[in-house]
Amino acid sequence: MAPSDYNVVDLATSTKRELNQQLHALAANTNETLWRVENPQGQHALAVGLDSPVTVEIAGHAGYYCAGMNKQATIVVEGNAGVGVAENMMSGKVHVKGDASQSAGATAHGGLLVIDGDASARCGISMKGIDIVVKGSIGPMSAFMGQSGNLVVLGDAGDALGDSIYEAKLFVRGKVKSLGADCIEKDLRDEHKADLRRLLDEAGLPDVQPDEFKRYGSARTLYNFHVDNAAAY
Amino acid sequence: MDLANIPQTLPRQSATFDPHTLSEIRRAAATGIYDIRGAGTKRALPHFDDLLFLGASISRYPLEGYREKCATDVWLGTRFAKKPIHLKIPVTIAGMSFGSLSAQAKEALGRGAGAAGTSTTTGDGGMTPEERGQSKTLVYQYLPSRYGMNPDDLRKADAIEVVIGQGAKPGGGGMLLGQKISDRVAAMRNLPKGIDQRSACRHPDWTGPDDLEIKIEELREITDWEKPIYVKVGATRPYYDVALAVKSGADVVVLDGMQGGTAATQDVFIEHVGIPILSAIRPAVQALQDLGMHRKVQLIVSGGIRNGADVAKALALGADAVAIGTAALVALGDNDPALEAEYQKLGSTAGAYDDWQEGRDPAGITTQDPELAARLDPVAAGRRLANYLAVLTLEAQTIARACGKSHLHNLEPEDLVALTIEAAAMARVPLAGTGWIPGQGTF
Repeated sequence: MAPSDYNVVDLATSTKRELNQQLHALAANTNETLWRVENPQGQHALAVGLDSPVTVEIAGHAGYYCAGMNKQATIVVEGNAGVGVAENMMSGKVHVKGDASQSAGATAHGGLLVIDGDASARCGISMKGIDIVVKGSIGPMSAFMGQSGNLVVLGDAGDALGDSIYEAKLFVRGKVKSLGADCIEKDLRDEHKADLRRLLDEAGLPDVQPDEFKRYGSARTLYNFHVDNAAAY
Repeated sequence: MDLANIPQTLPRQSATFDPHTLSEIRRAAATGIYDIRGAGTKRALPHFDDLLFLGASISRYPLEGYREKCATDVWLGTRFAKKPIHLKIPVTIAGMSFGSLSAQAKEALGRGAGAAGTSTTTGDGGMTPEERGQSKTLVYQYLPSRYGMNPDDLRKADAIEVVIGQGAKPGGGGMLLGQKISDRVAAMRNLPKGIDQRSACRHPDWTGPDDLEIKIEELREITDWEKPIYVKVGATRPYYDVALAVKSGADVVVLDGMQGGTAATQDVFIEHVGIPILSAIRPAVQALQDLGMHRKVQLIVSGGIRNGADVAKALALGADAVAIGTAALVALGDNDPALEAEYQKLGSTAGAYDDWQEGRDPAGITTQDPELAARLDPVAAGRRLANYLAVLTLEAQTIARACGKSHLHNLEPEDLVALTIEAAAMARVPLAGTGWIPGQGTF
């Protein structure tokens, strides 16, 4: 795409408030669908609360909560992302080309989050329907209380994966250091392979095969409180 | 000695192992599970009743009752928000969830609060169209669980309340038992129907006051800095928690004492964690004053507010407004003696029914059973709540006039004395008849 097709916001000369205000003001049928944010300098809350089908490229590192509560938009971070990237996302796509810090995709209800590098602790914590693909590894306590959606990890997972999980589906290609309370390995059935194929393709990974992954999910022993499970609480 | 005629001592119950305690030990031994219940503390705690107002005489000049105006309005969120909230009365409705309450109860709260000119608050589980439709001013809670959290509702709200804790269970998460996870509640919370809903005790994507500051900035950016941001804490270390809430950028701090209610949590938590609201207000106000933010960051206090005297005392101690939860439910019809026979069938009695987590509330308030919920007429219940809010306000005005105040916010600690040494120390007002404030100068 030619640079002239972009709306460029340079955060060396504009404020974050001005950036977000411009993005919020876009109509659902806007023609201004391509945005580029220069000099993000790791600022927090970049491109948050978007609700239109636009693409926003962030030319560098982003701070906390980049793309928070995104709807519809595609947001590309050409660097690393801080805590809570795409937190509570509803739809759309967020692509982090570097690494992500803690709580990536936390509580998010929908959309796709792709992280080319690693994600830190609590990736997908309390996820509520989002699809997350991490090409590297994830830290401890990831998908804690994960309710729904898919977490796909090409690398390894840290301690206590899927602790207190509800119905989220976890797919890990590498090693899992330990599983959290009520999280168990489950069969990788054809429907899961089909889901994986779709997610891997959407993440630009046509050469990675679903058979390489193991699936983890809830044993459902914590679904109703019982004294015999007290040690797990 | 005539052994047959020695007088027998009367059986004596242990004060430590009283009948309730014994029954709880037996229940625990039979089930292996701690008691989960709703409502708030049941044992006596230092409270507003331990304070008295000094009406005007010669040294102070009263206002003519019902003739000279005593204003009651309050602005909330004047620090940063482009659209601060203006309420007619300084009594708001505390956060209570759809899920813990029926849709009819939530609608009634909206109707009553709207008629009285004040706000309602959502709870864990999100915002319902009924609630948004009936509530003129609606505060949207941003909770650790983020059940039902979405940006559309965030933008529909008039204010956002970041909930860090509540008075009934500071430091604790939630447990809504599966009986109340109906199809609709399950859909709103992304949970399977009928399972126990566990709520985390911490927000998933921030870990301390520095993070909270960034989180609040994000919420402001999403909503274009229009809406006031409240921060709600359970009363435990109010001086430091309020100071950190201010540091984090709160427009309004909500401080909930241990008498505050809950939908469902452990009885031991309700009765043994947190501090009474009477003891929490002055340290909170001190923190605001030390930071030069008193009246700039507004303070809402809650936890056992029952009448206009409680309202007036809370304001006199430095609060800008109060919130009611349990009292609002009673106004709607909760624990009504007219339902005594049904409460007895549930093993309880009117006035003591607290098994809200079971979803069998005969009053149709703390339930998701459609037949029970249909018993509550939202229009009539809303009218009762509006009446009650009016009484709270009239009572507070009457007291304020007697103290010579033309606005409820002009009430001050100097209008109060304490009946007990404990209350004097906690509220930092003199013991009645003395100039003595025990423990002044320490927190």
